[in-house]
Amino acid sequence: MGDWKTITVPVLSSDSKNILPYTSERKRSPTSMNSQVLRLSLPSSKNMHSFFSAFCTEDNIEQSISYIDRELTTLGFPSIYAESKGKELNLISIINCINELLVLQHKNLRAQEEVEMQHLKLGSDMDHLQNCYAKLKEQLELSKREIVGLQERDRQLQSKNRNLHQLLKNEKDEVQKLQNIISSRATQYNHDMKRKEREYNKLKERLHQLVMNKKDKKLAMEVLNYVGRADGKRGAWRTDKTEARNEEEMYKVLLSDYEQRQKQLLLENAELKKVLQQMKKDIISLLPPQKQKPKERSEEGLVLSDQEEDIGELNKENMWELSCETVREQLTNSIRKQWRMLKNHVEKLDNQVSRGHSGTLNEKDVISREDHELETEKLELEIQQCKEMIKTQQQLLQQQLTCDDDTTLLLQDCYLLEERERLQEEWSLFREQKKNFEKERKSFTEAAIRLGLERKAFEEDRGAWLKHQFLTMTADCKSENVTTPSSDPDIRLMKSASRQRKPPSVLGAPVSAEPCQTSPYIAQNSVASENPAADNMPNLWVESDDKEETE
Amino acid sequence: ASCVQHRLVVRDASSLQIRQLYTCLDQIQYLEWSSDSLFILCAMYKRGIVQVWSLEQPDWHCKIDEGSAGLVASCWSPDGRHILNTTEFHLRITVWSLCTKSVSYIKYPKACQQGVAFTKDGRYMAVAERRDCKDFISIFVCSNWQLLRHFDTETQDLFGIEWAPNGCVLAAWDTCLEYKVLLYSLDGRLLSSYRAYEWPLGIKSIAWSPSSQFLAIGSFDEKVRILNHVTWKKITELDHPATIASKKTIVYKEVEKSPTVDTERLSFPPTRALASSLFSTQSKYEVSQVPVSLQYIKPVADRANPKVGVGMLAFSADNCFLATKNDNIPNAVWIWDIRKLKLSVVLEQLCTIQCFQWDPCQPRLAVCTGSSRVYLWSPAGCVVVQVPGEGDFQIVSLSWHSSGDSMLLLSKDNFCVCYLEREEV
Repeated sequence: MGDWKTITVPVLSSDSKNILPYTSERKRSPTSMNSQVLRLSLPSSKNMHSFFSAFCTEDNIEQSISYIDRELTTLGFPSIYAESKGKELNLISIINCINELLVLQHKNLRAQEEVEMQHLKLGSDMDHLQNCYAKLKEQLELSKREIVGLQERDRQLQSKNRNLHQLLKNEKDEVQKLQNIISSRATQYNHDMKRKEREYNKLKERLHQLVMNKKDKKLAMEVLNYVGRADGKRGAWRTDKTEARNEEEMYKVLLSDYEQRQKQLLLENAELKKVLQQMKKDIISLLPPQKQKPKERSEEGLVLSDQEEDIGELNKENMWELSCETVREQLTNSIRKQWRMLKNHVEKLDNQVSRGHSGTLNEKDVISREDHELETEKLELEIQQCKEMIKTQQQLLQQQLTCDDDTTLLLQDCYLLEERERLQEEWSLFREQKKNFEKERKSFTEAAIRLGLERKAFEEDRGAWLKHQFLTMTADCKSENVTTPSSDPDIRLMKSASRQRKPPSVLGAPVSAEPCQTSPYIAQNSVASENPAADNMPNLWVESDDKEETE
Repeated sequence: ASCVQHRLVVRDASSLQIRQLYTCLDQIQYLEWSSDSLFILCAMYKRGIVQVWSLEQPDWHCKIDEGSAGLVASCWSPDGRHILNTTEFHLRITVWSLCTKSVSYIKYPKACQQGVAFTKDGRYMAVAERRDCKDFISIFVCSNWQLLRHFDTETQDLFGIEWAPNGCVLAAWDTCLEYKVLLYSLDGRLLSSYRAYEWPLGIKSIAWSPSSQFLAIGSFDEKVRILNHVTWKKITELDHPATIASKKTIVYKEVEKSPTVDTERLSFPPTRALASSLFSTQSKYEVSQVPVSLQYIKPVADRANPKVGVGMLAFSADNCFLATKNDNIPNAVWIWDIRKLKLSVVLEQLCTIQCFQWDPCQPRLAVCTGSSRVYLWSPAGCVVVQVPGEGDFQIVSLSWHSSGDSMLLLSKDNFCVCYLEREEV
């Protein structure tokens, strides 16, 4: 467009013939047909100016103007002349005409473009269709060839089949023939054999006669002495009685054998019947819901109820003693029926299960399946959690095991310190407890000492009382014996001294006998008797030692 | 008792000490103890003489001369007082009585493998006969040799008869060209007949189970069919394939140990140990991993009596196991568990199996293969026992003592007794 403008502006007259070259210049179309058409009218840009100058020169300006005017008017444009008949040009109309021509040019160009585009499209469509067509033709060819090949193979196979059938028939015929041959030969051989055998028999007879005639003079058998029979019986004559007895015995043997067999069979039968009964009971127990249905049906209700009753009767204990046909048949029939019912039941269950799997609108199944799925999901989650826990624990363990040496030592030290502290705590606790125990023991010993003292006092009182009694008695009996009150204190002193001496001796004996643990108590006693002050433990120990030494 | 040429040597069973020594007129071919172990009969087929010796009275003697009738077989009757001699060409069977010196004749006996069968309790005897190209069976009462029953059989060519251990059923089977087993009751009625297939070769061996519950039929098609005594119908077929694939079967394979002179064996004097270890190869059992393929021999197609099929059958005494040998796989013994009707153990030996026999008391099987070792199997395991001694002792057959404590091992020229220790419980 730009090119076109620069060329035409200086020259006001536009040649319609120049339009074509410009369009051709602008559109170097790739399509062959277009290019062919356009190349014919493709002048170079250099020739533009020559064209312009070829049409309108300075000589024929007016002629060219009138020519242009004529052309324009024929095309429907207003005249370029001014209205007055002069040779004055109406510039405005010229410009309008030029504009109109330009617009027309544009439109034409666009239309041409469109047409060319469509042309191209159609061309490519055509190509495509032609390719498809070629391919389809090829495919058709191929498939036709295949069909032909397959038909050929089919024919071959059929012929082979026929041949094989023929062969088979031939073989069968041959086999038949051979069998016939064999049978005929066999009969022939039998016949020959029989003939030969008869001859042989005749010879044997002859020989037998000869042998019997030539009776040997010597005894055929010589025995030193007769041998007793194995069972000790004597030989018997052959009589009819013996024959009858033989028959009897033989029949007895046979009968006993048969009886034995029959017993075995009866036992087997009884066992099998028991097993069948058991099976029937089991089957019936497996089918509780089914039983009700047949009873609901009114048509067969009576019959079935009868049969149920029969079955009930059959279940009685003495059933298997009857072995007549009807009972047996009933049993087997009932079992067959129950078995069939069980089979139906199982089949129904199978169907239900399969329906559940295929996911039909059986609500119960669907819901249960959903529940089932939920549960499985829950379980899976739990499993996951557990696994994670296990992993973390494992990691921790690993960390512990595979720490650096320093950290392990530190850790161990920490543990040791911990332990030590704990131990120290425990020790202190223990010591405290020990002290408490000692205190308690001390108090117990004091209590025991007190108790001992009280006992001593009590004993002294008792002794005194007894003495008093005795003395009073003796005083009563022997009024001469004067027991002055003065002697009492002496006696008392003596007694106390003796008593005082007694306790050490009394207590001394136990000292040696009892273990040292109790010695503090006794030592304390003795100490307390002299010095009833409570001392510290270590002092006690020392004093007791001293005491023991002195004693 | 053993015989050497024309001498009869009687030894004590526990100590092998010679008790008695008798001399017969000719080379002894057949030897049999009487049922009460008081008499021994020695049969000399060439001369046609049977001599009977007494154990209690060494001076007692008895000689039975068949004369020109010839002698083919001789056996005791179950009561131990009668001797049945089969004359040449099976002309007749003479029953000689030792108590009464009387003679009875049974005419037209059949010349077959097992023509005479006694019941276990010794009361009845069944004899296979053939008259006018038809087979008959006669049942005699052994106590007085009276004919009890006489009936014909539907067989082409009766091959053998055998009583069931309970004495009430008699099994009769046809020649191997026809697979047919007929079961007769004691009174001669036909209880049932069984036929597995028509044309291929038929029955090779038959065995009753000790409880008379089962009848095992081994046939040429390498299978054993077991019939039950209630319906006389087949309850199972036991197959003997060459490859064992089942995981529940244990396969014991005999493996040769390389002879080593180990110093651990101090019980023997060293020289003998050296000698035996150098000249005889040791072997032991190894458990092979399943699947195992056994040595299978395809028989020669155009010979009669081919080595195909189940040739040996034996039930154990407690009715729990059945031992079979498939002649196509001659090195293996197959042991079947009867309670489960499954193959439980296969013993694979290095050489062909000659003979096996069950212990009469326990479920123990003794097998010999012609080498100098006897092989014992029990549900607890199996063991190889070497017969000690210099040189080769090739065991050809063996026989258990009735108490199950000892075993007689026979080679061609020698025999030895193997004592089995009982575990102290």
